[in-house]
Amino acid sequence: MEKEKQVKEVLSAKNKTERDQKYNEYVKQVTPKHSCLKNTCNAFWTGGIICTIGQGLTYLYMSFGLDKENAVLYQIISLVFLSVLFTGLNLYPRIAKVAGAGSVVPITGFANSVAAPAIEYQKEGQVFGIGCKIFTIAGPVILYGIVSSWILGLIYYVLGLLGIV
Amino acid sequence: MEYIKAFVVGGLICAAVQILMDQTKLMPGRIMVILVCLGSLLGALGIYEPFVEWAGAGASVPLIGFGNSLFKGVKEAVDKDGFIGLFKGGFTASAVGVSAALLFGYFASLLFKPKMKD
Amino acid sequence: MMGTQSIAFRNPPWIISAASVVGQKEGEGPLGSYFDVISEDPMFGGTSWEDAESRMMKLAVEQAINKSGLSKEKIRYLVGGDLLGQLIATFFGVEALSIPMFGVYGACSTMGESLGFASVLVDGGYADTALAVTSSHFAGAEKQFRFPLAYGNQRPLAATWTVTGSGALIVSRTRAGAKDSETKSGEHDVRVIGMTPGRIVDYGVKDSMNMGACMAPAACDTIAANLRDFGVKPDYYDKIITGDLGYVGQEIVIALLKEKGYDIKDRHLDCGILIYDREVQDTHSGGSGCGCSAVTLAGYLLRQLRTGKWKRILFVPTGALLSPVSFNEGNPVPGIAHAVMLEAV
Repeated sequence: MEKEKQVKEVLSAKNKTERDQKYNEYVKQVTPKHSCLKNTCNAFWTGGIICTIGQGLTYLYMSFGLDKENAVLYQIISLVFLSVLFTGLNLYPRIAKVAGAGSVVPITGFANSVAAPAIEYQKEGQVFGIGCKIFTIAGPVILYGIVSSWILGLIYYVLGLLGIV
Repeated sequence: MEYIKAFVVGGLICAAVQILMDQTKLMPGRIMVILVCLGSLLGALGIYEPFVEWAGAGASVPLIGFGNSLFKGVKEAVDKDGFIGLFKGGFTASAVGVSAALLFGYFASLLFKPKMKD
Repeated sequence: MMGTQSIAFRNPPWIISAASVVGQKEGEGPLGSYFDVISEDPMFGGTSWEDAESRMMKLAVEQAINKSGLSKEKIRYLVGGDLLGQLIATFFGVEALSIPMFGVYGACSTMGESLGFASVLVDGGYADTALAVTSSHFAGAEKQFRFPLAYGNQRPLAATWTVTGSGALIVSRTRAGAKDSETKSGEHDVRVIGMTPGRIVDYGVKDSMNMGACMAPAACDTIAANLRDFGVKPDYYDKIITGDLGYVGQEIVIALLKEKGYDIKDRHLDCGILIYDREVQDTHSGGSGCGCSAVTLAGYLLRQLRTGKWKRILFVPTGALLSPVSFNEGNPVPGIAHAVMLEAV
C-alpha cells in the first residue's frame, strides 16, 4: 500500500527534481538490504581473527629474539605476504564476500588492493598495466595518509616553535 | 589475555566500519582513505598510541594503526630533524607496509594469472 | 511509422538463424540446455578478458552463419556491439570475418538496438540479410566498470551479475531458409514485425550497484510507448520480456506500468531473472550485460516462439548509461530500452 502511494507520487510529480527525489525514496523501499546484524557479526569475527593472527606473529618473532618494534614490522610483512598470496590464489575475494569490512580494514585489505589490480592488469604491460594500475585503489590511501600526517605534523611543528607542545 | 584483547578490539573496529559501510554505501576505497586519515588524526591527538600499547595487534593491524604510525613517524622525524622531518617521517614510517605490499603485489602479478570470480 | 516513435515493418524480416555462446556459469543455469556452445574456459582460448570476449563473439557469429546454411559472403551487413570501451570486443571479434559492419552501443540494451537496426536495413530493402550480434563478459565488465576480480568486496543484494555470453541472429527478407538447422518440422517461423526505439530516461538514481532501479523507468517508458503507438493492450503479447532489470527492477517496472494503466504482471519476464538460479548461483538480483538478453533471446525465447508456446512477444532489452568517468563525476545513471516485436507464423 505504502509503495503504491509512492509510485503514484513519482508519476504525478510536478517537476524532475521532485520526481527524482520521490523515485529514489521508492527505490530505497524496494531494494533489499544485507542483514546488517549478520554482516556486522561476520566483520567482527573475521577482523578479530586477522588481528589475533597478527598478535601471534608478533609474539612468534619476539620469541626469535627480536625487539617488539622489529617484531611488529615482521608481523606486517607476514600479514601482507599472506594476503597477497591469498589474493593470487583467488581466495581473498571469497573471504571478503563473507567478511566485508573484516577483510577491508586490516592491513591485509590494503595488500589485497595492491595485488588485485597488479594481477588483473598484467596484460596491459609492465609500465602502463602493472605499474600504473597497482596504485588504482591503494594510491589514494598512500596519498591521503601522507597528506594528513604532513598537515598534522606541520601543526605539531608550529606548536612546537610556539612552545605550546 | 593479549590474544583476547587483539581479537575483541580488532573485531570491534571492523564491526564498526561494517556498520558505516552498510549505512552509507561508501566504497571500500573511500573507507580505507577515511581510516588512514582518522588514524593519523587520532595519533596526533595522542589518543591512539596508548591504545596500541594496550590492545596490541588489535589496534595496530587495522588501517587506523597505519595512519597512526604515519603520524608517529612524522612526529619523531620533526623532533629529530626539525622542519625537514615533515618530509621524511611519513614515508619512513610507512616504508615497511607499503614496500611489502608493492613488492609482493608485483611478484604476484608475475606469478599469478587473472581468474574468474565464482 | 507508428504513433510517435515506433516502426511497423512493411515486410517483416524473418529470423533465419540464431546462435548463443555462453560461459560455464550460464551453462549451469536454468537455461543451460538452450545454448549452442558452453565454454568451460572463461578465456575462450584467448590471452586476456578482452580477447576472450572477441573470440566468444566470433564464435557466435560463425555458429549463426553455419546454422543458416548461408555462406559468409551472403551476409550483407553486420550490426554489433558490446560493453567494452570503444566496442573493442566487437571490432576485434568480427574483424577476420570481413563483413561490412555497423558498431552500435546501447549498454545492455544493445541487442534490441542491433536487431532492430538490422531489421530496418532488411525491411527497407537495403540488405537481403543482416546479422545482429552482441556480447558481454563478466570479467571484462568487472574490470572496466568495477574492481579487479581478485579484489575483495561485498556485492549489494541489488547488484546483478554480468552474463558471459554472446548471441547472434540473422534476419532475412525472404522466408525461404527461415528454418535453421535446429528447427524441427512443423515448427513456426519467426519474424520481426515492429520496434520501438527508446528514449533516454533519467530518474536521478546514482547507485550503479542498483542497475534495475536505474533502468526500470526507461523500460516503462518504452513499453508504454509501444502499447500506445500500436494501440494495443498488454494482452496483445503473450510475454513482455525485459533485458536485465533483475528482481528489483522487475518489481519497479510492473508497479510503474500499473500506475500508467497497463497491467503486465501476469506476462512479464526478465532475461536477467531467467538466466540464473539465484538461490544456487548466488547472483543476487539476476544477470545483466548485453549478452544476457542476447543469449536468452537466441537460445530460449526464440525456441518458445518456434514451438508455438508463445505467439507474439515484446522483447525489451534495457541499458544503464554510465562510464567509470561519468560515475566518478557524480552523474546519475540514466536508462534506455529498445523494444522489438517478434511473432511466430
